[in-house]
Amino acid sequence: METLTLGKALNLGLRRAMEDDSKVLIMGEDVGKLGGVFRITDGLQKDFGDERVIDTPLAEAGIVGTAIGLALRGYRPVVEIQFDGFVYPAYDQIVCQVAKLHYRSQGKVKLPMVIRIPFGGGIGAVEHHSESPEAYFAHTAGLKVVACSNPSDAYWMIQQAVASDDPIVFFEPKRRYWEKGEVDTSATLSSAFPLHASRVVRPGTDATVLAYGPMVRTALDAATAAAEDGRNLEVIDLRSLSPLDMAPVYDSVRRTGRAVVVHEAAGNLGMGAELAARISEECFYSLEAPVLRVTGYDIPYPASRVEEEFLPDLDRVLDAVDRSFGW
Amino acid sequence: MTRVERAAPRRGGKRSGPPEPEFVQLLTPEGERVEHPEYSVDFTDDELRGLYRDLVTVRKLDAEATALQRQGELGIWASLLGQEAAQVGSGRALRPQDMAFPTYREHGVLYCRNIDPIMPLGLFRGVDQGGWDPVANRFNTYTIVIGAQTLHATGYAMGIAKDGKVGDDDETSEAVIAFFGDGATSQGDVNEAFIFGSVYHAPIVFFCQNNQYAISEPLERQTRIPLYQRAAGFGFPGIRVDGNDVLATYAVTRAALDNARHGQGPTLIEAYTYRMGAHTTSDDPTRYRVASEVEAWQAKDPVIRMRLLLEKQGLADEAFFAQVDERAKVEAVALRERVLSMPDPDPATMFDHVYPNGSPLVDAQKKQFQAYHASFEGSH
Repeated sequence: METLTLGKALNLGLRRAMEDDSKVLIMGEDVGKLGGVFRITDGLQKDFGDERVIDTPLAEAGIVGTAIGLALRGYRPVVEIQFDGFVYPAYDQIVCQVAKLHYRSQGKVKLPMVIRIPFGGGIGAVEHHSESPEAYFAHTAGLKVVACSNPSDAYWMIQQAVASDDPIVFFEPKRRYWEKGEVDTSATLSSAFPLHASRVVRPGTDATVLAYGPMVRTALDAATAAAEDGRNLEVIDLRSLSPLDMAPVYDSVRRTGRAVVVHEAAGNLGMGAELAARISEECFYSLEAPVLRVTGYDIPYPASRVEEEFLPDLDRVLDAVDRSFGW
Repeated sequence: MTRVERAAPRRGGKRSGPPEPEFVQLLTPEGERVEHPEYSVDFTDDELRGLYRDLVTVRKLDAEATALQRQGELGIWASLLGQEAAQVGSGRALRPQDMAFPTYREHGVLYCRNIDPIMPLGLFRGVDQGGWDPVANRFNTYTIVIGAQTLHATGYAMGIAKDGKVGDDDETSEAVIAFFGDGATSQGDVNEAFIFGSVYHAPIVFFCQNNQYAISEPLERQTRIPLYQRAAGFGFPGIRVDGNDVLATYAVTRAALDNARHGQGPTLIEAYTYRMGAHTTSDDPTRYRVASEVEAWQAKDPVIRMRLLLEKQGLADEAFFAQVDERAKVEAVALRERVLSMPDPDPATMFDHVYPNGSPLVDAQKKQFQAYHASFEGSH
């Protein structure tokens, strides 16, 4: 076991993926000498060379578009988008090409690409640096979308994503990059928890809290606080946003009768809407209350001095749990 | 190669008719061979007759596809009429190991890659969306989003360099050609492809068929300078070729591809041509261009000038021309029959190949879909 920050776990995971397969490339802005603005690729260019860790021109569509060509040529590009709000110039290439080439070619072509996106707020940043665009991608058939929440998952999920033949959009909770956790780096990739599986990260009996990425920590903190009030919350880390792994969710909600979904992205047509619909369809007779959502508001991400009011926090989660019980 | 040919038109200034462009030409519209200081071709008589056969056949197959659309057998067709020389010249310039990234109009290039011409017709009939193996055929799937494929081509070319496949040996070193049109040069993707190709010195040829129109919008809505001159700003050579001259197009493209495979980086080729037909069968060009313009370009026809050359040089007689026409007709009839017998896909196959590793959501929906349809069996 090693104690690693989430950022360092990603770095080591990428390093191991590059060691395991010489076709793995890293591409992005400032990923080389600088090691990325968050240092997730720190030291990789030094050790693997600039043919494999590629500082690109400042052009997101170009990065993703050329990565497609490299994938056609047999490479496995891992693309870094510097910040969530800068992915949109590449949106056409991701949605019209990355997502659809396998389908268009009737399975003749695979694009084993990973598009890494640091996402979410809470770092006091200027506009475009704190967004949560995951629903745009989860809505697109042909893409798989995952979000890690802790160092151990970061270490394994990035390696699983690189090894997968599916194109994967990989969301990293940037405000959790510096949080530490235990990682068993001696284990093997094949024994790791499956990439597209959700996981109960805190068992409980009274209500189910669903979260992913940065909000898993928030949900766990809320559960700890709720326990002091005698409420035993179950927390599920969804981990995979497309496809969703709903079986553990249904199992949990059937036991607890209550569900609260937490995400930073705006509520309107967000992941919570899909989760609420599916839970309603599958667990209708088990529900004691409607599925409630704790989300960012339906406004552009606000100025950072008020972002704490925008972001779901422990108190808003507990408030939603109270409302569920008060139904 | 990228000398400035004339100043951009002054803002608000009037232009008196289209300028006669300066370009590489080896065969005049009258069928005269002309020399160029930098470019030449060294074709055998058989090869010259072969190029003529390609031009005629490609035009005939294209006409057949247009007819199939008019009869309701294809949903839409993007005709290459008028661009045969640009496509046959560039298509024949490719070496077997080279990789092509087409738009949706490169039927002539596809033909010259010795790919079955039925392949793209599934897309236009609506029974699939391409469905061929791009890498095995050295010809990517048709790409409909304008300019998007230029980035894929550039990335592929970057991969060639990484694989050590750039070098002096013409038989083993590889190059890429990216096709696009004049309208695409306004797209960000194309400009980004120029940048990536340039800074990574990728073995790629950017082949722009300037057919003068992006659907209805004429060239002056895309540019104030000749398109090939754009290359200078990106740091690689640009050259304009008479796109209705199959010999010049071949010579210029072959040289650019070989330069690329030898490690000399990208070239932008502007093949100056004209879309004689509509943008697609859904378009009506009489709304935006005058008949006299089309007639002027008819006088520069790419197929006729090649026939005139063969006649002038005594390389072919009436029997040869009749035989070429007859063989093209046979190919067209065969194509028609195969289109008519193309079955609609089983609807449940629409759920296939969404992901290499599958998806429980898609699998469940496919099962529901099949169960829903099965519930009607025997009830109607």
